[in-house]
Formats: sequence, structure tokens, C-alpha cells
Amino acid sequence: MSLLPVTRADHEIILNAVPEGARVLDVGCGDGDLLARLKKERRAIVRGMELSQSGVNACVAKGLSVVQGDADFDLALYPDNSFDIVVLSRTIQATRRPEMVLRQMRRIGAKAVVSLPNFGFWQVRLSLLLTGRMPVTQGLPDSWHETENLHLCTLLDFDDLAKANGFTLESVTRIAAGKASAPSVRTTRLLNWLSEEAVFVLKRIAADRP
Amino acid sequence: MQSALKILRLDIGLPLDGGGTLSPLEIGYETWGALNAAKTNAILICHALTGDQFVASPNPVTGQPAWWDNLVGPGKIIDTDRYFVICSNVLGGCMGTSGPASIGPNGTPYGLDFPVITIADMVRAQAALIDHLGIDRLFAVIGGSMGGMQVLEWIASRPDRVGAAMPIASAARHSAQNIAFHEVGRQAVMADPDWQNGAYQLAGTKPVKGLAVARMAAHITYLSDAALHRKFGRRLQNRDELTFGFDADFQIESYLRYQGSRFVDRFDANSYLYITRAMDYFDLAAGFNGRLSDAFTAFKGRACVVSFSSDWHYPPADSRHITRAMIGAGVEVSAFEVETDKGHDAFLLDEPQFHQAMAGFLEASAADQGLQ
Repeated sequence: MSLLPVTRADHEIILNAVPEGARVLDVGCGDGDLLARLKKERRAIVRGMELSQSGVNACVAKGLSVVQGDADFDLALYPDNSFDIVVLSRTIQATRRPEMVLRQMRRIGAKAVVSLPNFGFWQVRLSLLLTGRMPVTQGLPDSWHETENLHLCTLLDFDDLAKANGFTLESVTRIAAGKASAPSVRTTRLLNWLSEEAVFVLKRIAADRP
Repeated sequence: MQSALKILRLDIGLPLDGGGTLSPLEIGYETWGALNAAKTNAILICHALTGDQFVASPNPVTGQPAWWDNLVGPGKIIDTDRYFVICSNVLGGCMGTSGPASIGPNGTPYGLDFPVITIADMVRAQAALIDHLGIDRLFAVIGGSMGGMQVLEWIASRPDRVGAAMPIASAARHSAQNIAFHEVGRQAVMADPDWQNGAYQLAGTKPVKGLAVARMAAHITYLSDAALHRKFGRRLQNRDELTFGFDADFQIESYLRYQGSRFVDRFDANSYLYITRAMDYFDLAAGFNGRLSDAFTAFKGRACVVSFSSDWHYPPADSRHITRAMIGAGVEVSAFEVETDKGHDAFLLDEPQFHQAMAGFLEASAADQGLQ
């Protein structure tokens, strides 16, 4: 599901968000590059779920514990609180039910780290404004009928959804032209204009008591 | 001729799921490589229905080559320079381990007096061998097909004795279709007049026709439609036209007949009945109130579940069922489906994706367990 530039600036940010020795589940882990780095550089206890067979096979051959699964259906298998951090990198926009996925992530781990392409990026807005056609940019390279993205959103949209589902924002980091900026504690309108991609670090709010 | 076999005789009573005990217990087994001083490098390999303990060297009785020669040996993925590899003939078998062809307490072959055994009984016998070898904890338990069932039984019943588990092309329970094919095989054996109600050794006969038919039927389930088509198609056997008779006109007929006739030379008909029965009875969740994930909660090692896309005998869905239960139990599991058109038998063949996964899994498990 590589839609954004191949340099994974989001991986660097995710690595920094993971403390030493944390238990991490990467949903949509691809070929396991992030998992391998988390294991090596953070001594994290890592597991992965990946939809594509080729991705799963590549992970297992690397010695990673990865299963084939679909974020839309298979997150329900994981027990409550079985991880410290659940990572969803460049995946949520391709899920059928993003809200359900977020709720499952909240149930499984105390923290969620989500990276996603931003439809509110100025180049995307300008492209739609000027051409009157669905934007095709470096970050969103496929035309509307070919893209795997089902649920594109802006940073403000995602911020709303996360907060409506029991998360508070710990930080949001802007990425543009493959470079990350300093993390911000608020998803501002300016950030929404300037981010091609962003990484949200979300913290679960304690469950409501009946 | 059985003198070429290495056999451990234990004067213990092996308790059985069906009640009672089996005594004495004989186990035919082989080992390769050397056990390290800490006894932490042992891999137990569990063989399939008609397999034997000769996983890495030729069988001296049958002359058959090692059945996993492509995977087990010096410098291979299951490296006998590094690991101490153990493989034993299953309980109920006919290659040195106690089975229906063994001599019973009254001095004659057991025949149908041999107790009906289960996969758990087979594992109990393997555990007795592992005890005898002085090994507390196995680095890994690996097995395909029925061997995979034994792997699952090991981690369910002896979770702290296994570091890494690899069930391949297997299932946590036998399906109605699996039981059905086995029943056809058993009925073929029992319909042969030479079966003599199981007492053919005393009668001096051998139900070769029935056993050959059983093997022919089973062999079809080991191959995919695509593999059969590629290998044989509708090609005729040493002839240019149909004979309008019941001779083996087609190559596939000739092939199955050959497989059947070869099998009866090396396998005991009653063993075939007992082992297929043990597989039919296998339902791991049944011992855990029907919750398969409960079978895995005590297991703290790693698991890698492997399946093959064209395997309709133990299809990938059976493996996914195992994987899902393991995830629910919090087991560190990886799951791998190999894209192949070779059917169930693919686990014995050269499948690079499968071999890469096994290498990666063993390497990571060795690092986990601090094995050099």
C-alpha cells in the first residue's frame, strides 16, 4: 500500500514514539521493515498483521512473527490490552471501516500511532481547485478509479474521529517532501494546509464507568 | 530384518486415552547431530501417517531414501551440525514402535487386541523417549500433516517443554471429509478376505489388495487436481489407444496401482487402521471445553503455522483456524501460506517460500532461546 514517497519519514517518527522494550502490534506491516527496526533499535516485542501474502511471507522469512489478516475483520482476535502500542501506518485510508479499526486499536493497546496521507494538503486542494479533477499528487499517485484508498480524509477530520472514539492527542507530526517537522500537540488549521502526510500519536482515555 | 532398527524398550505402563496401559513400550527412533551440554538444542520431528523415523537418512529396512532429505542434514535448514534432531516411529506404527503387529503379552501378534490409540497417546510415547534421552525442554517440535497434530498436542499438553512449534499442513481437528476418506481406506482393508479379522499374521496371509486400494484412495487426497493434470493428464499408459477393457489404460491408473503395490511391502494393514483412527479422533479443542484458544494459553514459546494454497486435504482454512486461536491465546505466532499447485504433498517437496519461512523462524527462535 505504498502511495506516498518510498522514503518512510513516518517510520522515523513512529520509532521515536516507541519506548525501549514496548509491546508493539503493527497492523498492515508490509514487508516488515518497521517491525525489524523496532525490534533491533527499540528492543520492542513486535508482532504484525498484513493483508498481502507476499508481505507476510517476507516477514516470516525475516524471523518476524506476522500473520495474514485484514484490519477490518481480524483485529477482533487480539485480547484486550495485549499491546502497549498499536501502529497503523499508511493503512487507515484503505480500510472499509476506519472507525471500527480505531476502536479495536483502542481496545488492544494503550497507545495508537497512525500515519496517513492528508487530503487537506495545499497541493491537493490547489489541484482540485484548478483542474476540477480528483488530485493526483506525489502522495496520492493513483487516479480515482485505481486507488486502494477508500476513505481519504484531512488531518482535522482524523483528529475529530480519534477524539470521538476515546483517544486524546499526544502529538501530531507533519511530513512534507519526505521531511518531518517538530511534533505539535494540536492539529492546527495551518498544519492541515502544510502536511502532505502526518503521524498521530494517540493515547487512550480511561474507559467510561457505567 | 528389524534388527537394523534402533529400538528403546521401556518397561513402563504407558497410560492411554482409551483406558488401560500399554506395557512394555517399544519405540523405534533415530537421532542425528549431537546434544549440547545444556541439552537445549534438540528438535523433535513428528512424521505423518505413513512416515517413519528415517527423516534424514535412508530406511535400512525398506531401502527408501530419507523423507525430508531436502530439509534435514548437515548444513541444511534443520542443520544437524547445530541441532540434535530426533524422530521416532509413532505409537501404533510398524517401524519398531509398539503397534498391532508387535508381539503382545500372550506371545502372539496383537492384531485387533492392540488398544485403540490417539494422537495424545503418540505424544505421550514421544515424551517418554525425550525423558529417556534426558531432555527437559525441546528447542523445537516440527511436523507436517499428522505430525502437525502431534506438534499441537505437544504445546497443549506439555507447553513448558517446547520452545518453538511448527505445525505444517495440518489441522486442530479432523474434518468429516478427512474421516470419510479414512473410512473408505479402512473398509477396503477390512473387505479383503486376507485381512482375517485382523489376525492375518497368525493366518499367514496379508491383505495386500485392500491395503493397496486404501493407499490409492489416500494418495489422491495428497495431490491437487492441477498437479494430477500436469503430471498425467489423460495420457495413456504404454499404448496408443483405449483397450475397451479394465486394464490400466491411463497413466494415472498405472501410477496409483504402482503406489498401492509399493506401499503394501512396507506398511502393516492394521497399523493403517489404528493410525487413521487416531487421526479421526483428534479434536484438540474437545479437551478444552470446545475453546481451541484455551489449548494454547499456557504455551509461552513461538509458533509458525504453515499451509499450502492447493492443499485440499488439510486446507489453509484449517491452519487459519489454528492461527486465530493462537492469537486469541496471546501466543507469538506467525502464519504462512505457500502459493503452490502441488497439494498436500508440497510439505515434502522443494518449496522455496516454505523453506525460507522455516529458516527465518528457526533462526529467530534460536536467537530468542539464546542458542548459538
